[in-house]
Amino acid sequence: MAEDLPKAEEFLANIDYKVPDTAWMDTPAEIRKGMYCYASNPKSVEYLGLPNARKWNPLDDDWQLPENWQEIIHNGFKERLERFRSVKVFMDICVRCGACADKCHFYIGTGDPKNMPVLRAELLRSVYRNDFTKIGKLLGRAAGARKMTLDVLKEWWYYLFQCTECRRCSVFCPYGIDTAEITIMGRELLNLIGLNIDWIATPVANCFRTGNHLGIQPHAFKDMLDFFVEDIEEVTGVELEPSFNRKGADILFITPSGDVFADPGTYTCMGYMMLFHYLKEKYGFDITWSTYASEGGNFGFFTSHETMKRLNAKMYAEAKRLGVKWILGGECGHMWRVIHQYMDTMNGPADFLEEPVSPITGTKFENAKSTKMVHIAEFTADLIKHNKLELDPRRNDHLKVTYHDSCNTARGMGMFDEPRYVINNVVNHFYEMPANTIREQTFCCGSGSGLNAGENMELRMAGGLPRANAVRSVHEKHGVNMLACVCAVDRAALPPLMEYWVPEVDVTGLHELVANALIVPGENERTTDLRGEDLPETEDDADE
Amino acid sequence: MKLSKLLIQHKAEVVKKWFDYAVQSYKADVAQFLKTQGDQFANPVGGALSQNLEPLFNELCGQMNTEALTASVDPIVRIRAVQSFAPSQAVAFIFSLKRVIRTILKKELRNENLLQQLYEFDLKIDVLGLIAFDAFMVCREKIYDLKANEMRNRTLHAFERAKLVKNTSLYSIHAQAAQPITNREGVLSKKK
Repeated sequence: MAEDLPKAEEFLANIDYKVPDTAWMDTPAEIRKGMYCYASNPKSVEYLGLPNARKWNPLDDDWQLPENWQEIIHNGFKERLERFRSVKVFMDICVRCGACADKCHFYIGTGDPKNMPVLRAELLRSVYRNDFTKIGKLLGRAAGARKMTLDVLKEWWYYLFQCTECRRCSVFCPYGIDTAEITIMGRELLNLIGLNIDWIATPVANCFRTGNHLGIQPHAFKDMLDFFVEDIEEVTGVELEPSFNRKGADILFITPSGDVFADPGTYTCMGYMMLFHYLKEKYGFDITWSTYASEGGNFGFFTSHETMKRLNAKMYAEAKRLGVKWILGGECGHMWRVIHQYMDTMNGPADFLEEPVSPITGTKFENAKSTKMVHIAEFTADLIKHNKLELDPRRNDHLKVTYHDSCNTARGMGMFDEPRYVINNVVNHFYEMPANTIREQTFCCGSGSGLNAGENMELRMAGGLPRANAVRSVHEKHGVNMLACVCAVDRAALPPLMEYWVPEVDVTGLHELVANALIVPGENERTTDLRGEDLPETEDDADE
Repeated sequence: MKLSKLLIQHKAEVVKKWFDYAVQSYKADVAQFLKTQGDQFANPVGGALSQNLEPLFNELCGQMNTEALTASVDPIVRIRAVQSFAPSQAVAFIFSLKRVIRTILKKELRNENLLQQLYEFDLKIDVLGLIAFDAFMVCREKIYDLKANEMRNRTLHAFERAKLVKNTSLYSIHAQAAQPITNREGVLSKKK
């Protein structure tokens, strides 16, 4: 901080505290602490076989780039323009109408004009015009073109990691330009010269080696689930027997490892386990966990298409090895974007699996016909719709709940109503946030696409402001005290966000709420919820 | 003539100009957005300013209740504490009120009696500046707390205690944890 402080004479020279109004091309990026993530650990970059593994620091002048880095970026750009028609179109068709400008949570929260989606894209477009268009080559800056320099590269890196690829801006673009695609491509280009961040590179390396982002080995994964079995027994008196790596099971269950290893996701994980036990007891439901495909999340998505493909393939390889019929997926965000938008043409079609059919209700999940993977919110909503679950929502009466649409499940796969349907059946007090902050217009948690590190906390808090502001409104209006979500990154990112902006509100996954309401066969009378907190007094209790 | 009366008469003008000065700390196109987008959910930064500057001004002209001042200054400063401002820039908008008043009451302030009252009023603005600085520091400390807790999460004490890993430092910087499992001793201490 101290090195950034203004001098006395600067105050005097600018007594109105007015920011100088320089054109964006003349305003070089100032890399500020709290706004960026640390550079990757070279070991992780090396493990993944990605280029230019070395120690480097974004605050240093010298980023230790390959000598021909400009050529690498130029050729990489060219290759991607040829490979992805969408990118070429997105580079050409923007008319800078500004419809997207004020829709980005980072722009709204940071007040930095380069976080306007149009301007963030313009960082790349300006180089595109210079390198690949006649008019740009002829007219240069007059045509919005500029050469790729070290300053430009640093600006790319700084701002491409201030985008969570949430796609809210694309909802408002009259041409349907998907700025997330531009960020994705920009990050791919940066990866070609070794400009990654550690919060992405190391989880990806861990996942590639061990099967999950944390690098947790199979026995530890099983141990954690065994802890949950003990915990659930304490709350319900029922002993569960989860099944692991079992060949011939009907269904394989894969969830983000955050559900297994981090609160409050752990309670969501217990929720899955209780639901599966319930279904097994009542209907003979046959599902297995895998300690190898132990990660639903895919941080490879934030690196390159190839890396995403490598991580995604592991889940399907495990499904094949175990010989299951289809895959049920846990509450996750970007895992579903990868499944829904990329898997089919990347590793699919998964024709060795069957088209998912709920063994309990007979519902065909036609939306998963090709990927063979069903989101657990859809699965549970279908169970409730067919009256297959015995529920006592009064057990959640101490909660006033609102729902945060994860960008990826909402805008990425169009899942708006299933989670709400489930919530409305397991809690009695549900309140929506304002219409322009939910469903397809949902505001990002501010930490998606690999940006939920600790060192960029200021960026996360600023980016999460629009979401938190909407939560605060329902907290003040209706006394909302619980924010529900169906995404593991949300469960990781929203608790600190709430702690900073609306400390009265806690965070939960959907299936924690389900499990609290679920009447499990043979259970004792419950006195606490899964978190060990006393249940509210019901009217029956009061009558006694 | 009382200054407080004059200020209340010119309240709308003063608060509007104060708002304009506050948003000058952003680039021109951002400032324009903050001024014109009236939906507080689409524009929480502008919303925090427009909702809180008037109550702040009312307190300055009235009781100077510390709690009320803090309640109104906190939402503004809480935002500025995460927005890449230097501490001085984060609270500078408070002091710009002095300039606003001098501009709007230029004629009236030729009166020596009013000048004396203005001196008293300036002291109140200074007090608000100090309250804002305290609020700013509370926010910054909260940010550091959050950073420290995230770091603690990543050290995965829980795994170590549960003997699930031998050396947590190897895993420490890579966990995707949000809330520490460490506060769930009841669960993890069972593992012997």
